[in-house]
Amino acid sequence: MSRPPRPQFLARDSYRIRRLMDAARFLPVFGFVLILLPLMRHSPEAETPPTASEGVYLFLVWFGLVFVAFLMSLGLRRALDAPKEHVTPSED
Amino acid sequence: MEKRVLVIEDEPNISEALRFILTRDGWKVDVSADGKSMLGVLQADPPDLLILDLMLPDLSGFDILKVLRAGDGTRELPVLMLTAKGQAADRVEAERLGVTRFMTKPFANAEVIAAVREMTAP
Amino acid sequence: MSFNMLVLTCLAYVILLFVVASAAERAASEGRAGWLRSPVIYTLSLSVYCTAWTFYGAVGFAARSGLEFMTIYLGPTLVFVGWWVLLRKLVRIGRENRVTSIADMISARYGKSNLLGVIVTLLCIAAGAPYIALQLQSIAQSFTVFVSDPEGASLAGNPTLIAFWVAIGLAFFTIVFGTRTLDANEQHPGVVTAIAVEAVVKLAALLAVGVFVVWFVAAGPSDILTRIDAQALPEWEIQPGRWTGLILLSAIAIICLPRMFQVTVVENTDDQHLATASWAFPLYLFLISLFVLPIAVIGMELMPAGSNPDMFVLTLPLYLGQDGLALLSFLGGFSAATSMVIVASLALATMVSNHIVVPLWLKVRAARNLDSGDMRLLVLSVRRLSISLVLGLGYLYYVITGGSGALAAIGLIAFVGVAQMLPALLGALFWRGASRTGAALGLVIGMGLWFYTLFLPSFGPGVFLSAQVMEGGLFGQSWLRPYSLFGLTTLDPLLHALFWSLLLNVLVFCLGSFLSFPSPMERVQGALFVNIYDRTGPARSWTRPVAEAEDLLPIAQRILGVSEGQNFFRAQAAVQGKQGFLPDITAEFLEALELKLSGSVGAATAHAMLAQSVGTAVVSVEDLMAVASETAQIMEYSAQLEAKSEELSRTARKLRDANEMLQKLSVQKDAFLSQISHELRTPMTSIRAFSEIMMDSDAMSPEERTHFAQIIHDESIRLTRLLDDLLDLSVLEHGQVQLNIGPVQLRELLDKAIRSSESVQASRKFRILRSRDPEGIEIVTDAGRLTQVFINILSNARKYCIADDPQMQIKVRERKGMVEVDFIDNGAGIPRDKQALIFEKFSRLTDSMQAGGAGLGLAICREIMHNLGGDIAYVPGQGGAAFRVSFPRVLTPRDASRKAARSQAEAAE
Repeated sequence: MSRPPRPQFLARDSYRIRRLMDAARFLPVFGFVLILLPLMRHSPEAETPPTASEGVYLFLVWFGLVFVAFLMSLGLRRALDAPKEHVTPSED
Repeated sequence: MEKRVLVIEDEPNISEALRFILTRDGWKVDVSADGKSMLGVLQADPPDLLILDLMLPDLSGFDILKVLRAGDGTRELPVLMLTAKGQAADRVEAERLGVTRFMTKPFANAEVIAAVREMTAP
Repeated sequence: MSFNMLVLTCLAYVILLFVVASAAERAASEGRAGWLRSPVIYTLSLSVYCTAWTFYGAVGFAARSGLEFMTIYLGPTLVFVGWWVLLRKLVRIGRENRVTSIADMISARYGKSNLLGVIVTLLCIAAGAPYIALQLQSIAQSFTVFVSDPEGASLAGNPTLIAFWVAIGLAFFTIVFGTRTLDANEQHPGVVTAIAVEAVVKLAALLAVGVFVVWFVAAGPSDILTRIDAQALPEWEIQPGRWTGLILLSAIAIICLPRMFQVTVVENTDDQHLATASWAFPLYLFLISLFVLPIAVIGMELMPAGSNPDMFVLTLPLYLGQDGLALLSFLGGFSAATSMVIVASLALATMVSNHIVVPLWLKVRAARNLDSGDMRLLVLSVRRLSISLVLGLGYLYYVITGGSGALAAIGLIAFVGVAQMLPALLGALFWRGASRTGAALGLVIGMGLWFYTLFLPSFGPGVFLSAQVMEGGLFGQSWLRPYSLFGLTTLDPLLHALFWSLLLNVLVFCLGSFLSFPSPMERVQGALFVNIYDRTGPARSWTRPVAEAEDLLPIAQRILGVSEGQNFFRAQAAVQGKQGFLPDITAEFLEALELKLSGSVGAATAHAMLAQSVGTAVVSVEDLMAVASETAQIMEYSAQLEAKSEELSRTARKLRDANEMLQKLSVQKDAFLSQISHELRTPMTSIRAFSEIMMDSDAMSPEERTHFAQIIHDESIRLTRLLDDLLDLSVLEHGQVQLNIGPVQLRELLDKAIRSSESVQASRKFRILRSRDPEGIEIVTDAGRLTQVFINILSNARKYCIADDPQMQIKVRERKGMVEVDFIDNGAGIPRDKQALIFEKFSRLTDSMQAGGAGLGLAICREIMHNLGGDIAYVPGQGGAAFRVSFPRVLTPRDASRKAARSQAEAAE
């Protein structure tokens, strides 16, 4: 109620950047969960752990994170240059 | 015919002095210490001259003068007002109310006689 | 390869780095630093995270624990991938506040507390020592395995000696690199560029070994995967606790490590670089990690049993006869170690000089009342000494621990140490309520626990903590065992230390913040840090050019006036030997301008204004506080003014009141004078009239003459009495009366008064009713004055009591030391509306003044009674006029003076 009046709907670009910033905050959490997955794939009957396959999985996740971060950084660069009200975290 | 003068003065010694000098000058002098009781007499049978003290009990000299100037028979009555207060404001007020002559106490007897004669000269 | 050859190779490599650094610095100073300030260089400089621990230790780690080595790189990956959450804010705050180190950051946030700076510095040094020891150990080990010639064997067989010379060499190298000049902003473009080169070298070396292993030793990726599964050990099982804990720990470390803070925050010049690094640095880590497990597996397969897996990167190519690859690998490891040591010791040296030595130096200088002078040489010397100190401590750690531990284990000890800064750092960024007290307490508690549960035990039993303490706990208390505090036995020592130290650190930090009250400076800084994005205006950075003189001139004109501003600028330009109005922006000029401006707007404001327009510095909180206090002073001053004007209006009101009072008094005085005039003129009139009559009347009877003379005589007496009364009243009113106090019998006074008053209207018969007994009391008072009052009352009664059979009743009564004498006649009494007036001057009830009173009698009576400490009052409803005279039976001078004072006050009203 006390918030200053703001436009109800933002322009498409601003909206995209907003959601991109949300995604950027979510990405490390998502990555952390993926990295923790091997912990839940424990098979007690095997004598040695499936190190090779888990290693391949982790490197794939890793590379995936790098790739997504790369794509996001392209958009977030614009958010860095954008006017203050579009990037202030408290405003969305 | 002997001229009549009425002296309204609350100080007995002063009125006695006035009676003496006016009588000596050939006046018929009546004296009163209180103006209020004399108003009726003044209206009914005005004297030739009134000598009026300012500071009187009950009605002041100004009050009496006001009444006299409002009455038909006494509008032209010569009034000599005497006062011991001697303030300029009193003289102004007396003249506004239509006093004929205003003198401060203490007075010289000769002055009073001269003033009285002048005021009643035809 | 010969030992000398190896040393020469190292020297050549170092010289190459030095040339690169010098070129970069020259380019930067000539303003051609564009390519130096690229996101690629920034990202590569971040690789200082990958030290000898990574280069050698990761393979050892992988050989011992399988995939667990990846945690050390996955944590930082998450932090950088999530740069938008934390790093962006950290970098922005660091740059805008010109933060010089992590100690500076924390100290600045918590009210520029130097105490915190010292704590953080000490913590960083303690955590830095094992880390640097790790680098020395790895270089020493690499020398040992590399040198094959018998000539150098004696030397190479003594790793401690090698470590010593390596430490000396690195100290020299770092001093030459990092402290050639004092950079105003703690940025080192030369060092950063050299680090970037080293990043490429170590990545290339590790990739080369990896490619060799995968495609030349093994038969490609699928073969490697098969071999990995073949070599897999049961210990390689991913342990959930360590897996999660190490990911978190490495994520914390990438933020808190002093050298990482240096390259990430202090050396950052642009937010955009961070955007690139957000994916490029994880990619670098990805590539560094990619071949670690294959190298470890092939090493385990091929190398003889008992070989140190930490050295596989080097020993494997040597074993397979690839000397060139081995040299590249050696240089890669050397790069990783040197880059870490250079940046870490630089960062630590900055902290030591900024937070410990310089404050102490200034304090000592101030105590000796010396001018602080030019600090630059001092700071440089301190930095050089600090670098030596830091490397010395690292060497000491290496010597004491005997260089025996696995590289990764040593590194993790340092990680847990620096992790203690996380609560304070996160609090600084996101929690305005975080306070200095909380941060300091949390740091100290966390640091203490880290020391006890991890750092000291890491030296091995018997060095700092005896085996007895390790087994049985401190003081024999089993719940104080360093590796299982409070009976927590299920965690391995590293996680155990991390758990307890961070838990209690956070707990104490929060409690301390809840319970303490921050100083204003802390609160301002807190708001500034936490709300960094809310600041208006563009982000300032030190690379922004300073304001032109053209920009400053309007400000000066606005404050000084157009002509004076221009004159000042022209004069300053002339001092610099320039024509026109625009001098160069030098420190001297700014100082002079500030001084000039402060003459108009105050020092703090001038400083803040210049700082803003010059743009070289963010307005510091000290500036803001100074402005605030200056404003507060102004407000206080205006409040004083307001108070003064209020006082003025109060005074004016008082004056107005006094004036009104004076006017009233003046009216009263006029009335009084008019009264006196009347009272004087009236007897004079009679005297004059009768004396004139007697003068000009010859014929006058003797009776008449006597009568007139009598009148003159009476009036003269009246006149005299009037004057006497006036004088008497004046004396009484001003309390100047001389009282003649003595013992006397009341009855005598009454007798005397009655006798005296009989002369008034002596013809009238007055019956006096008295009560003899009460009259017999002895009183102490001024008999004469009291009698005067009695006479006055009795005389009045004789004059004014109009009863046919006049009588006077006198009643005497004593009550509580006061004597009351009532005089009651049987006359008409005094009308109610006049009762209040009778004691006023010149009040007369009638004008029939046979006895010639001036109306002062009762006024005088009242004054007398006041002077005697008593009063006189009219008592209504007694069947006639009734006066009550009351006075103390025994009059003391104190009473008298008090009453006199009262009457004086009344007189003044």
